[in-house]
This record gives sequence, C-alpha cells and structure tokens, in this order.
Amino acid sequence: MRIYGVALLAACFLMGKLLGLLLGQLINIKGDIGGVGFAMLLLMISSIYLRKKKWLAIETEKGVWFWSSMYIPIIVAMTSTLNVRAALSGGFLAVIVGIGATLVCMLLVPLLSKIGRQDKLDSHKK
Amino acid sequence: MEIINTIIGKNGFVFAFLCVGVIMLISFWVSKHVTNNKIPGVAISIIIGLSLAFLGDEKGISNITLFTGLALLGGPMLRDFAVVATAMSADFSKIKQAGLAGLVSLLIGVFISFSIGILVGLSLGYTNIESLTTIGAGACTYIVGPVTGTAIGASSEVIAISVATGVVKTICTTIGTPLIAKKIKLDNPHSAIVYGGLIGTTSGVVAGLAATDEELVPYGALTSTFYTGMGCLLCPSLFYVILRFLASPHISN
Repeated sequence: MRIYGVALLAACFLMGKLLGLLLGQLINIKGDIGGVGFAMLLLMISSIYLRKKKWLAIETEKGVWFWSSMYIPIIVAMTSTLNVRAALSGGFLAVIVGIGATLVCMLLVPLLSKIGRQDKLDSHKK
Repeated sequence: MEIINTIIGKNGFVFAFLCVGVIMLISFWVSKHVTNNKIPGVAISIIIGLSLAFLGDEKGISNITLFTGLALLGGPMLRDFAVVATAMSADFSKIKQAGLAGLVSLLIGVFISFSIGILVGLSLGYTNIESLTTIGAGACTYIVGPVTGTAIGASSEVIAISVATGVVKTICTTIGTPLIAKKIKLDNPHSAIVYGGLIGTTSGVVAGLAATDEELVPYGALTSTFYTGMGCLLCPSLFYVILRFLASPHISN
C-alpha cells in the first residue's frame, strides 16, 4: 500500500528532525541543524536495507515517489510567498552583499569540486 | 462572488493545488511554444511565483486572503517533507565520495559569505562590530542574520537589513543557478553537493537546481540543510570574537 511509503517517509522525516534538534541542543543552538539532511540519509539507508530484504514493494515506493514529484510545485508555491519586497527595500547594502556573496560562492564551485575527485585520480594512479 | 469567497476561504489548501497546477501548465506551455524549450518550464514557473509574491507583502501573495493556502503548501513543513522524499533517487555512493568536499564547502561557504558582508559593510561606512557581524551573518542566509543579530544585540534596523540580504541571496540563487550552471560545471552530483554547501540557502539551492537539472536537487539539498545551522553556530561565536579581536587596536586608538 502506498501509505506505507508515505509513513516510511514521515518516520525518516521526524527522526531526522529529532536528530537535528538534538545536535542543536548539544551545541547550544535553538533550532535544528541539518535535520533535513539527516532525514535524507535515513531514507536512503532504510530504502537500501528494505530493498535488500525485499520488503520494499513497488506500491510502497510509489508513496515516496509521489511526494518526491510534488516538490517542484511546492517550491513554486514557496517562491510566491517569499518576502520579495523586503529584499528590495533592504536597500543598496542588502542587494550588493546578497548578489556579491552568491556570485563569489558560485564561482568557487569548480575549484572545490576537485576535492573528492583528486583522491579518485590519485588512487587510479596507484 | 461571496459564495466563491466562502468556498475558497474554507478550502484554501485545495485551492493552492489548483493555483500551482495552473502556473505549471502555463509555464510548460510557454517553455515549449514561446521559448522553444530553451528556458525550462520549471524556471519559468519559479519566476512567475516570484513575481506573484510582489502582489502581497511580507508573506508574498499569501497576504491576500484568497491565497493564504499557498503559505501552507509552500511552507517549511511540506517543503522539507518533499525535499526529503527526493533522497529516494539519490545515489548513496556518490554522497560518500563527495562527503569531504561537502564539509569543506560548508565551512568555506559560511566564511566567504560572512567576509563579503563585512567588507561591503565596512566600505559603506558601518564600523560597529555588532552591526558588521549581523550583516555578515545575513549574507549567509536570512535565518542566520536575525539569529546572530539577536544573540549579540544588534539594532533592529540592521537585523532587518540582514534579513533582506538573505532574501536577495535566495532570489539571486534561484534565478542565477540555471544561467551560470554550465560555466561552473554544475552538471553532476559531486559539484551539486559542493554547490549546496557553498551557497547554503536551501530554498534558493533547491529552486535553482530544479530549474537547472532536477536530478541534482537531492545532492544540493543534502549539504545546504546543514548550512544555516553551521552559520548560526559560527557567526555569533567564533566569527564575532575574531572580529572583535581584529578591531580592538582601532578601538584603543
């Protein structure tokens, strides 16, 4: 049944949020740190495990796929509720810093992408 | 007219599905027939979303009673739920391989954004350490800014600027990602993980990657969700202390 998939997703989601909150408390920050990231890892690991055990029926997977396919519409809904006016009314400073920080970080992508890859090339040489 | 208002008022969430469905339909039609598939439908729908946000106020179009349901559909709960679901299509071995690169990019991303905030703040005449720290934190994400500002006691005006900075970053990422993707070789899971760590604004990263290549979304989302926490950890503590230390000779003069 599809609800099994949705329930699996919900379980991973809540567990991830819990881990994120606990991590936050551990270092004295209100709010969760990487809760979504933990939840994603949990979902990946549990689906790999369940597939191996052959407990993951196609119908169950479809429950997760539905929500996976819903995120673009959800993102569109989210962008329509952003505080776009504040972004412009924050003035010159906000616009310069916002664009500057984004651009510089974007341009660093090719450089930092080499990190894991370099190791791979080295191991090939060995 | 009143009947319609009552129906939608009571079923705002369902109406939101209809609204987004219509936006998607229009976007993909325009993408295919007007731009000849050159601009992806997802990118057009996100731009429509952003322009609709202008109609409202601080909560975008959901400030208008008819469209309050969009705030629920696009709110953090369903957004995170759907983003987690995308992990189903992610390749675990690729994440393991890019783990170190992801961590390094998180640290560098927070540091660079913070520094740019400080530098621009200084050049525009801000000298107060608390204000500078808050502006630097706002350059991380629109959550790090107010969290840091409140923690170290910055003025509410500066906190407002830091939120605005973060929102500019989100919008800039959303629109800029598909435009710059080819130039920065953002076309594989490995660089998407790095990208998420460097930019950090989850909503911007997810929307930008969706408009570029849907398959990259889970990888970018994975690292970017750690970014705000990392920023909230570093900005009001380590970075603030370092900045005060750097400024102390000037203050004693």
